[in-house]
Amino acid sequence: MPAVEARGLVVRFGDFTAVDRVSFSVEPGEIFGFLGANGAGKTTTIRVLCGLLHPSAGQAWVDGVPVEGDLKAVKARVGYMTQRSTLYADLSVDENLAFQAGLRGMSAADLARRRGELFSLIGFAGSGHELVQSLPGGLRQQVSLAQALLHDPRIVFLDEPTAGVAPEARARFWSLIRRLAGEGRTVFVTTHYMDEAEQCGRIALMRDGKLIALDSPLGLKGSTYPRGLVEVDPGAGDWRTRISAESGLSQPRPHGLRWHLEEQREGAWEAFAAAQPGLPPWRRSLPTLEDVFLKLVEGRP
Amino acid sequence: MTELARQEPIALELCGLEKSFGPVAALRGVSATLEGGLLHGLIGPDGAGKTTLMRVMMGLLKPSAGDILASQGGRALGLEEARAGMAYMPQSQNLYQDLSVSEHLDFFRDLYQLPRADYAKRRARLLAMTRLGAFQDRPAGKLSGGMYKKLGLMLAMLAEPQLLLLDEPTNGVDPISRREFWDLLYEQVAQGVTVAVSTAYMDEAERCGKVHLLMEGRLLASGEPRSLLKEHGIGHLDQLFSSGAAHAGS
Repeated sequence: MPAVEARGLVVRFGDFTAVDRVSFSVEPGEIFGFLGANGAGKTTTIRVLCGLLHPSAGQAWVDGVPVEGDLKAVKARVGYMTQRSTLYADLSVDENLAFQAGLRGMSAADLARRRGELFSLIGFAGSGHELVQSLPGGLRQQVSLAQALLHDPRIVFLDEPTAGVAPEARARFWSLIRRLAGEGRTVFVTTHYMDEAEQCGRIALMRDGKLIALDSPLGLKGSTYPRGLVEVDPGAGDWRTRISAESGLSQPRPHGLRWHLEEQREGAWEAFAAAQPGLPPWRRSLPTLEDVFLKLVEGRP
Repeated sequence: MTELARQEPIALELCGLEKSFGPVAALRGVSATLEGGLLHGLIGPDGAGKTTLMRVMMGLLKPSAGDILASQGGRALGLEEARAGMAYMPQSQNLYQDLSVSEHLDFFRDLYQLPRADYAKRRARLLAMTRLGAFQDRPAGKLSGGMYKKLGLMLAMLAEPQLLLLDEPTNGVDPISRREFWDLLYEQVAQGVTVAVSTAYMDEAERCGKVHLLMEGRLLASGEPRSLLKEHGIGHLDQLFSSGAAHAGS
């Protein structure tokens, strides 16, 4: 049984269709990346899957439970870390957890047990009396994660959990994600960082409410760029104009100091290169997920 | 200043800047040159001192030691005078969630006391450039991450600064917004604005005209990205940090 399943989900707000016939399923223990530009419908989909929003059409299940059925059963199975923190900044870490436990109807003994487990998971060495507003950003995200996991859900939805966090803290957060998946929990995560997307088992890509791709990172790279990419180190010369003028090649796109471009037909680059004396250094390279994202979401290479 | 007579970009010379917060030394003698009309990258891991350096440049923090010399078109400029031509976009900006894009622009017009005629032209140009024209009635709290950053940039540019300081302007926005934001920065530089931007993305660092690599409050290296790679015989700029760590330990 899939951990999460969506079949033909549609969400309309007035005459705006935020989610448009989206279907997918996520296996237990999978790290499932949910990508897309802002406004693509990611958060709306998550809200349906957590039982917080009724779909206009279609169906969804978490752990086999219909999200429009027994809400208590749905909420027992899912944890949700929202994009904007739901921690109260002027309450302490412990007060936030106790409040959450109260909302969930957890016993004091369960709260104490889970608090210990989660503090050890996130490596929190504080007393618990620290006000949330006094915590550095990276740690605050980890406490948010603990809050979402307090009731021991099998499935956890993380909506941009690392937005605006420094690279070191992001890496720490992702080691937690891997531990959760290692425990058999299903992690459904949205991110704008392609280095994070690279760590997902599979990635679903949304554009304008539609699911436009779903595969492993490697699979997406292969299907989006079947001929791979050419990476050119252009130096000072005016190669952009010359490459752009070539019909068999895509517009070169900056990638740090270098350019990435794609052949529109097999062998187009070699044919171009053979006719160009003094060509700058180049090599064939695998696309990055950033290349994949830009091509699929923007609809141009 | 009028639309036609745009001023020359502002350049800064940082001389031995130090800044301590109690026992914590955030800047430990940073000397660097920010030439006018160039896109400068402040690169470094968390806690390297990037934000502190920007705030010191902007005059929001007083350095514990050191000096900043400003100039414009080769002419020395008093620091107060220079700062009137500088703008700063902080990393997390608290815009007014309930005010629309349009209302933010109006509010900042009043703060900057811009003449009405100038304002109308600038506003139209900024909205066109950021492609936020269609969203001008949307409250800031309902903008996407990328649009929110663009609004911040617009407000920083409204007074037509000759030096723009941007603290991690693209952190956490999607790849397409990130690329659009960089197109905007290039446009500013092409119009003769000095831009200094901090970033944790190494591909962005490589796209700067000059990078300043900071670690633990010290400047590890400064220079044009390609020359730095050649000079140190490395493939990527972040390799400089691992060798820098070795030096810092000795």
